[in-house]
Amino acid sequence: MKYEVVIGLEIHVELLTASKLFCGCSTAFGREPNSHCCPVCLGLPGSLPVFNRRAIELSVTAALALKSEVQLRSRFDRKNYFYPDLPKAYQVSQFDQPLARGGYLAMEYEGKKKLINLERVHLEEEAGKLIHAGDSIIGAGHSLVDYNRAGIPLLEIVTAPELHSGEEARLFLEDLRTVLLYAGVSDCKMEEGSLRCDANISLRPAGSSELGTKAEVKNMNSFRSVELALDYEIKRQQQVLSAGGVVNQETCHWDEEKKQTFSMRSKEGSSDYRYFPEPDLLPLVLEKSFVAELARTLPEMPAKRRERFQEQYNLEKKEAFMFTGNREMGDLFEAVAKIYRDYRNLANWIQGDLLYQLRESGKKIKEVEPALLANLLRLLDEGRINRPVAKELLAEMVQTGTDPVDLVKERGLEQISSRESLLPLLEQVIAENPEAVENYRQGKKKALAFLVGKVMAATKGRADPAELNRLFEEKIQG
Amino acid sequence: MAVDFNAEVDYVARLARLFLEPDEKKRMAGQLSDILKTARRIQELDTTGVEPTSHVTEVPAVLREDQVKPSLPLNRIMQNVPRRDKGYLKVPRIADSQQDQD
Repeated sequence: MKYEVVIGLEIHVELLTASKLFCGCSTAFGREPNSHCCPVCLGLPGSLPVFNRRAIELSVTAALALKSEVQLRSRFDRKNYFYPDLPKAYQVSQFDQPLARGGYLAMEYEGKKKLINLERVHLEEEAGKLIHAGDSIIGAGHSLVDYNRAGIPLLEIVTAPELHSGEEARLFLEDLRTVLLYAGVSDCKMEEGSLRCDANISLRPAGSSELGTKAEVKNMNSFRSVELALDYEIKRQQQVLSAGGVVNQETCHWDEEKKQTFSMRSKEGSSDYRYFPEPDLLPLVLEKSFVAELARTLPEMPAKRRERFQEQYNLEKKEAFMFTGNREMGDLFEAVAKIYRDYRNLANWIQGDLLYQLRESGKKIKEVEPALLANLLRLLDEGRINRPVAKELLAEMVQTGTDPVDLVKERGLEQISSRESLLPLLEQVIAENPEAVENYRQGKKKALAFLVGKVMAATKGRADPAELNRLFEEKIQG
Repeated sequence: MAVDFNAEVDYVARLARLFLEPDEKKRMAGQLSDILKTARRIQELDTTGVEPTSHVTEVPAVLREDQVKPSLPLNRIMQNVPRRDKGYLKVPRIADSQQDQD
């Protein structure tokens, strides 16, 4: 039988605040364990939570970026369960009155544009971090708890069950990450856990409108593992169903080492969270003007920017994807494009030599000064330097931030391209290398490169190679 | 609607990790029954047009600025912690946590 795969994602992102959601403890990552804790985030009796304004702003901004309808009135509830990463034995979350409802993300899959709908966007608090000692997850021993993470503002985004393969889910997640990075709400680092994704996945006979029994897949720690885990789970469910079996509603853990999912035995009733309104937090009421101001300052989103880049700068689709897939790269391109009009040339340099130099030097795109890059390209366009010199200057500019114009002046790197200057050098090289001259006469292209190289060496790389080629041809073949 | 209040008490007690003696269970089952009876009476009221109330005041929540404040020193955090390992709290292994509910 043919099956249709139905996947819905539940994404959690830590918001970029300095302090936690309900207290002044720092949110900094990777500090001494339990060094960022206080009575509020430890849930000590008598402590009271107070909302962090920035966390609310970032949540609303994220909701707006995702076209989710911001609710002017929302409520926080307690989600009750016992687990050592939860110091209060409940998580402050949102249940039936979330911060934002609906929304969608536009993406392209297999050449087709599509909208993936969202159910909701809501705000909650992070749990602490558990470290499982020992080699096996099951068995005797103990776990270590670090509450530094407990209480960091966490945004939950839930999609409608509208994804249909591991690859599509991964691409959606990558696009979602780009949107959230553009919106500036989170650093979205899967490897540090500031972006996490769980998936609900079920199979149904093709054409059927009823959803099959779903399994929840957790512990996918990279974009790649999301795709692998879901593809694995699809195969597993297919085998179960094809053999006439039934899929159990259960939670599976993705094992990165073994590349397979494992069922976590679930016990009936264990998901009775007994949500009830958080008595310590009054309803969150937002002014229309507060939301409008955040909407006004929302930057252009990647999908729109992608289209604009193709139209405004005549970039290839692939290039537009590349330049907008990374907000900083797009920003650099646009900053230079304001003062340098050869967009084609600019695009080539950024995706070629500049990216290479950034990788080599370990510098960040943000550190590149747009005006300097424009200066460099102009020097080359005006024929004042040649290509090899331009590449060297680029490397130095990236490394030290020096203006290529200054470097050219300081070091006398201007290109030598006049006939009068080049001819004497050329004649000397011809006189000194009779063998190469003869080889070239007989049609060996390599001999020409050798002769050009000699002049380049004599001029410390400043001669105009195109002009040299022409002159040698004229002198020897002519 | 026949509710087995003894079973309800068992269930709630398990969720709350409470151990109750048989006579406590019996007493609580009676109290739970009374509480639900009262709730049912309230539910008989016509609340058409009345907004559900979750909080007794109509004041919206207050927001604070996003400023980092000092946290507690480790020795204060660990003051009531039964077991620790250097800077961490030490708890019984919880992987396969469902087992410990049995």
